[in-house]
Amino acid sequence: MTPTHSSLADLQKFGMARVVRVRGDDSASQRLCELGFTPGTEVDFVRKAPFGGPLVVHLRGYHLALRPGEARLVEIETTGGQQ
Amino acid sequence: MRPAPTPRRSIALVGSPNSGKTTLFNALTGLRAKTGNYPGVTVDRREGSFREQDTEVQLVDLPGTYSLHAISDDEAVTVQVLHGDFPGVAAPDAIVIVADATTLERSLPMIAEVLLLGRPTLLALTMIDELKARGGDIDIFALRRELGVPVVGVVGNRGLGVGDLREQLLDPTKWSAAKDLPEGDTISRFAWADSLLKRVTRHPVSESGLTRRLDNLLLHPVFGGLIFLAFVTFFFQAIFSWAGPAMDTFAGALDQAADWTLATLPDSWATHLLADGIIRGVGAVVVFVPQIALLFALILFAEASGYMARAAFVVDRIMGWVGLEGRCFVALLSSYACAVPGIMATRTIPSPKDRLATILVAPFATCSARLPVYALLISAFVPATPVAGPITLQGLTLMGLYLLGAVSAILFAAIFKRGMLRGASLPFYLELPPYRFPSISSLAIQVWRRVRLFLGKAGKVILAGSIVLWLFLNFPVSDPPEGASESQAAQHQIENSLAADLGRSLEPIFAPLGYDWRINIGLIGSFAARELMVSTMAQVYAYEGDTEEVEGFADLLTRADPETGQPMMSAATGFSLMVFFVYALLCVSTIAVVKRETAGWKWPIFQLGYMFGVAWIAAFITYQIAA
Repeated sequence: MTPTHSSLADLQKFGMARVVRVRGDDSASQRLCELGFTPGTEVDFVRKAPFGGPLVVHLRGYHLALRPGEARLVEIETTGGQQ
Repeated sequence: MRPAPTPRRSIALVGSPNSGKTTLFNALTGLRAKTGNYPGVTVDRREGSFREQDTEVQLVDLPGTYSLHAISDDEAVTVQVLHGDFPGVAAPDAIVIVADATTLERSLPMIAEVLLLGRPTLLALTMIDELKARGGDIDIFALRRELGVPVVGVVGNRGLGVGDLREQLLDPTKWSAAKDLPEGDTISRFAWADSLLKRVTRHPVSESGLTRRLDNLLLHPVFGGLIFLAFVTFFFQAIFSWAGPAMDTFAGALDQAADWTLATLPDSWATHLLADGIIRGVGAVVVFVPQIALLFALILFAEASGYMARAAFVVDRIMGWVGLEGRCFVALLSSYACAVPGIMATRTIPSPKDRLATILVAPFATCSARLPVYALLISAFVPATPVAGPITLQGLTLMGLYLLGAVSAILFAAIFKRGMLRGASLPFYLELPPYRFPSISSLAIQVWRRVRLFLGKAGKVILAGSIVLWLFLNFPVSDPPEGASESQAAQHQIENSLAADLGRSLEPIFAPLGYDWRINIGLIGSFAARELMVSTMAQVYAYEGDTEEVEGFADLLTRADPETGQPMMSAATGFSLMVFFVYALLCVSTIAVVKRETAGWKWPIFQLGYMFGVAWIAAFITYQIAA
């Protein structure tokens, strides 16, 4: 199966995914990496605020809220069977 | 005989936000701690000490950070202090890393970063009780073996393990050194952390079921919003009315002290200075204490329990449009009671730019001190015409003034964030920690620290400001003409005071707004505290009734002046004055607090200037339309 590359902003569709990489190399990308979005990390969708508000994901044993802008920096692949 | 000098150690506490670092700091130092600012930046500097076995241990609670690659001012302070690069702050002798045992998977990479600094380091694992309750089990001995450094498990809010930790802190030279640390970048540190954690974890921690269930409700698209509104209402109510009785008690006691002084000491200007200038000036300071204490108790409880992060999540969409984040909302809201505690509350905003923007617009929120002024002017110039049901034109006007303040605050925040406070804004991310019951003693210590900070720093400026304004209104002393009534004597005094001279010299500035020198005196008086506007005006217009009864005074203002035949104050002037009060920063206490919170005079002076400019323009337009 070929993995689909999407961003964390679309995580709701998959429910669960694996981090491929964090795009860019500015402070936002650096910080996302330090928060645990490293390649291979499993991320679960928890919830999303309405009207384009922030989304909550579960990774590395904790819950984190991100705005769509930051979430788009995280490239993910679906782990399969979770659609 | 002098005791032999005791050895001193300086130890820095470092850890991520929500790691329980501050609770542990409070458990270690208790009330022996002080809060200040790092020179040049508006970052909290918390230092404390404890003494045991003739050793004095100095502890520094460094701002929380998720890594040593700082992206904000407060993180930069942590990194610089750890490296010994912060000007005027010595590098710590040793470091205690505080890490939440339930989120080690995320924090181990930063632990490695700190260990790589090569200083004596100890790892304090907090939330050990919660780890167990959630089914997790970490082999602390194995962790110690793997990392090389001492590891102590603590439960900060119940004091478990704190005694053991204290003992360890006495001599960091005995601590074993770290070993087998990862080389390379963040990704390789996470890989190292993952494999290490596998070796020391007996049983992984499961998700907090309570948190999951509470979040389903508190972050619900509909109920979450409603609960947030309930939280806000509760908050508002608490600051507005529950702090009231305590404030009245303080104010009443100081009034009595002032009256007693007047009655007891010989009648001279020195007695009046002591009673009306100094004692009532102290009253102007302590009257804020109940509000500040209550506000911080509520904010810190919400913060420590985990709700504040949820509240920030719920309002993030709205605040994001303005360019601010959710936490700014709480500070703005508090400013509706009073801008002083509201501005102090901005300390919980992580981004310095958001914090400054919030401080700059907070005084637009209609504080309770403006109410007496609005009440007087509205009852003088707006008829009580019913509009719909119990709603009158007067009520609508008051609501309009509140709305004008709120809309202006949002508008100016957006302007500042898109203008001078733009630039690389911080990435937005918000950890939603599990719900926890906060340590009450730790909260009490933090509230006490805030109050002491206010009394010590801002209090002095407020007191000095009150005394200077009193002198302005009461000097030079002039004897009343023969047979003058008490109110006429008071009028005579104020008409010949320095404030009146100043009021007259300000006429060119305020005449286009419709204010004569008498109103200018009122504006000068309101600078000490906005509510003083009414009593100063009563003195200027020789009002003989009780200023608590608004109608009588309002009636006097609209009556014709016997000398000119014109009304004492025209309706156009009244409306212009209302608008001026919406915008102008007529409050020496707010200026003192902004100076304190922004660590300098630059921002309070800017704020005073821009708010005055906006107030002048808005009042000018109002006057020209109404006249």
